[in-house]
Amino acid sequence: MTVRHALLALLTEGPKYGLRLREEFEERTGEVWPLNVGQVYTTLQRLERDGLVESDSSETETTQQRGFRITAEGRKEVSTWLRTPPSVVPPRDELVIKVLVALDVPGVDVATVVQSHRRRLVELMQTYTRLKEDALDDVRVALVVDAELFRLDALIRWLDSADARVRALATVTAAARERGSLVTRRTIKETV
Amino acid sequence: MNAGLELLDVSKTYGSGAGEVHALAKVSLTVAPGELVAVMGASGSGKSTLLTIAGTLEEPTSGTVVIAGRDAATLSRNERARLRRQSIGYVFQDFNLLPGLTALENVSLPLELDGVSARTAQRRAAEALERVGLVEFGRRFPDELSGGERQRVAVARAVVGDRQILLADEPTGALDSVNGEAVMRLLRNACQGDVSGIVVTHDAQLASWAHRVVFLRDGRVVDQTLPVAGPEALLADDASA
Repeated sequence: MTVRHALLALLTEGPKYGLRLREEFEERTGEVWPLNVGQVYTTLQRLERDGLVESDSSETETTQQRGFRITAEGRKEVSTWLRTPPSVVPPRDELVIKVLVALDVPGVDVATVVQSHRRRLVELMQTYTRLKEDALDDVRVALVVDAELFRLDALIRWLDSADARVRALATVTAAARERGSLVTRRTIKETV
Repeated sequence: MNAGLELLDVSKTYGSGAGEVHALAKVSLTVAPGELVAVMGASGSGKSTLLTIAGTLEEPTSGTVVIAGRDAATLSRNERARLRRQSIGYVFQDFNLLPGLTALENVSLPLELDGVSARTAQRRAAEALERVGLVEFGRRFPDELSGGERQRVAVARAVVGDRQILLADEPTGALDSVNGEAVMRLLRNACQGDVSGIVVTHDAQLASWAHRVVFLRDGRVVDQTLPVAGPEALLADDASA
């Protein structure tokens, strides 16, 4: 989550105090992503250092009490950021690793492992859906919640396909055993 | 009369001998009044069979189906048909609206078939259309409605009258996610008071509208979700991520 750019974007609406920026950030993300105070103020100080925002230069005031406004350079930064595609580097997904490891651990039923993750993810989705249900007219909450729901849904689809592939592999292996023949790795790979 | 829906040790076997297929194996599922349960599973897991048996459209090979306090096996064919008309509403993937009838007539039809006067049936149908936000569309024919609107008419038809059981099979079929969500919102809102619902789907986003999600695999219930946690659970989760 790019807190830096979110705060800059809030300043495009006009000058704001540090405290107000933090409150607005939380409001606009449907309070799904609470920020700690330090995170907001450190980010503001860095933005100021980089010349993207300016503040009232009173030495006696804390970051929280100071007013901030965006510079021309800052506006350019927001505009570029909005159009830059998000990072597409695949994360090293813990879920994928767990299922891969489960394949090799003796005595572990992969389908059971998959199902326990599937259930947990569906439970999370239920909680998010409840948020959306309670905030029928709040488009911001719906957007943030939808983003989480689509992400979790993609994980569940992956689990479903992993489940089907592992099952197909087991069927091929069992059939081969019944025929008393050895199945080459290649045959299995082609089937799965 | 008890409301709700109960399946007890329900099994369904098709074919015999070597070609025998166990579509359901000792499935027990209780849906309380006011509860919407989603049944999730892959194709062939038995979820559609579960729904047709819960709706008395098919009989189980063994086990008991109790609908609104009545054991379906003790009812005659006619009594079962009446139970279906009066107590059970169905929503199918492909809408199943009759093309020659207006939206209002489609919704009032099950009441009229049950002997309710045309006037009363139409009044109640208009109320049901209002509940799905389509009261001004009553005179339109199905082909004059969008997919999302057609499915909302189908939901209105399923809830018209005093139905206690709502059964939906992939009810958002080919709808886009916003229209699909609207249909799920309606189904969830319909499951209040005496009304119990089951929706079968392979789509986790739709299932997450349900109060409880039950997982079916090879005709068996293998798992179900815990009671839904409040939003504070999300914050705790974020912190550990």
